[in-house]
Amino acid sequence: MSLVPYVLALADDALVSAQRTAWWISRAPELEEDLALANIGLDQLGQARSLLSYAGAVEGAGRTEDDLAYLRDDRDFRNVWLVERPQTDFGVTMARLLVFSSWQCELYAALASCGDPTVSAIAAKAVKEVAYHRDHARLWTLRLGDGTEESHQRMQAALDAEWPYVEELFEPVDGALVDPASLRTAVLDRVQSVVQDATLAVPTTAPVVGGGRRGLHTEHLGHLLADMQHLHRSHPGVTW
Amino acid sequence: MPEVTFDQLLADDGRVEPRDEMPDAYRRTLIRQIAQHAHSEIIGMQPEGNWISRAPSLRRKAILMAKVQDEAGHGLYLYAAAETLGVDRADLLDQLHTGRQKYSSIFNYPTLSWADVGAIGWLVDGAAIVNQVPLCRCSYGPYARAMVRVCKEESFHQRQGFEILHTLAHGSPAQHAMAQDAVDRYWWPSLMMFGPPDDDSPNSARSMAWGIKRFSNDELRQRFVDMTVPQAEVLGLTLPDPELRWDEERGHYAFGTVDFSELQEVIAGNGPCNRDRMAHRVGAHEDGAWVRDAATAYALKQAARTEGAA
Repeated sequence: MSLVPYVLALADDALVSAQRTAWWISRAPELEEDLALANIGLDQLGQARSLLSYAGAVEGAGRTEDDLAYLRDDRDFRNVWLVERPQTDFGVTMARLLVFSSWQCELYAALASCGDPTVSAIAAKAVKEVAYHRDHARLWTLRLGDGTEESHQRMQAALDAEWPYVEELFEPVDGALVDPASLRTAVLDRVQSVVQDATLAVPTTAPVVGGGRRGLHTEHLGHLLADMQHLHRSHPGVTW
Repeated sequence: MPEVTFDQLLADDGRVEPRDEMPDAYRRTLIRQIAQHAHSEIIGMQPEGNWISRAPSLRRKAILMAKVQDEAGHGLYLYAAAETLGVDRADLLDQLHTGRQKYSSIFNYPTLSWADVGAIGWLVDGAAIVNQVPLCRCSYGPYARAMVRVCKEESFHQRQGFEILHTLAHGSPAQHAMAQDAVDRYWWPSLMMFGPPDDDSPNSARSMAWGIKRFSNDELRQRFVDMTVPQAEVLGLTLPDPELRWDEERGHYAFGTVDFSELQEVIAGNGPCNRDRMAHRVGAHEDGAWVRDAATAYALKQAARTEGAA
């Protein structure tokens, strides 16, 4: 089984998440948060670049990180739905980051000792970054959940809105180096304990029927890619 | 040790520190200038931020995100420097949001193409460096020290802007045209960044006497032109000024007349993007109010819990 679909799936999660996170730069609730979210976005983008380059190398067809990021259509992207929907509410952004970084933390920790030396090296570096993201999201979940009445309600609504997209993280992926299902308990335990500490309720909303790992996406991804890819595609073959 | 007076300190080219005696007018001038500088950094995040989502390669995207992040960082040090003068950031932001304090007019011009990111790095950050390097020797210590770090980062920003334009100018005909168009649009507004001409700059003399300003607007503008013209030649791009030529006698480049009536219009709020920039900034601030309120409420609860436990 080729490693390519799996590495691409992880790369696309990080890339699409970086693209959404970067939206916050110049729009955050305070200047310190502009810096923090830029940092988080940069980490995610860095992970995406390493993984895309490696996927291209393993594939052996000469595709670079930019070919893979800019010249694939939405049906070829393999990211989960969790990361691709718009996030223009700070509570949603933190709820999503809490889930995503908790998952990435467990995933990269497991991949750090996987059999593929390149993936293992990328994961060993990334796990330190996402541990910081997870802590950042944890602290904001506490502040928003246990802050004001308004923030409590908004954070609960944000968690409820993100919850249907959590299960997709644990679905099987072709060529997986770590069985996604094996991460489920650790990720959910971690997230639930933060949610409870924040005086919030663990949502009971049912999972949606996703399909990101098979290239079936929400309507939002096409718009994200149109924005991200249009300049690159308008000038084929040039150097930037 | 005898106390050194403000005047003596200035005469000795010493540094004024936050607890030193200083005239009220000196304090007010510095607050206004440092706040305006901080506001410029955070408003300046918008025109370049406009291209983060569309950056044409992942490497360029990463560099641009880091650059805009640096600007947020500069805003932070500058607000902190202003706070040493007895004001607080929330008040300064309020003055920005209500139009009582200004930011640099250059950020009221739009970024219409990717090449504008290069032009901002090369020309706008280049002009900012010429303005700011002398501020590293400003008489007010915290501002001078903040400027040392800011200038180092700006110098990196300028090089990345130059490199973007160099790549475009030596790329496809469409890329070259994109680069030339950006330089055509950003050249004159960059010259306006040095402010009105010396004979129309009422506060300059006092700022010079106080050691806040070290060179006149026109001197700095000339320095920028002299520095930039040879760089344009390396880029293979032309600067949109038919009067631009080397003046052997003066040992400087001669250049055309800057249209300061345009600068006045932009300062008055009628530039291409003034309304958009303010709406974006005020919108972000208002949308974030519930988050800041929550953080404050949580901190108070935590403090009460710690006290209760003690």
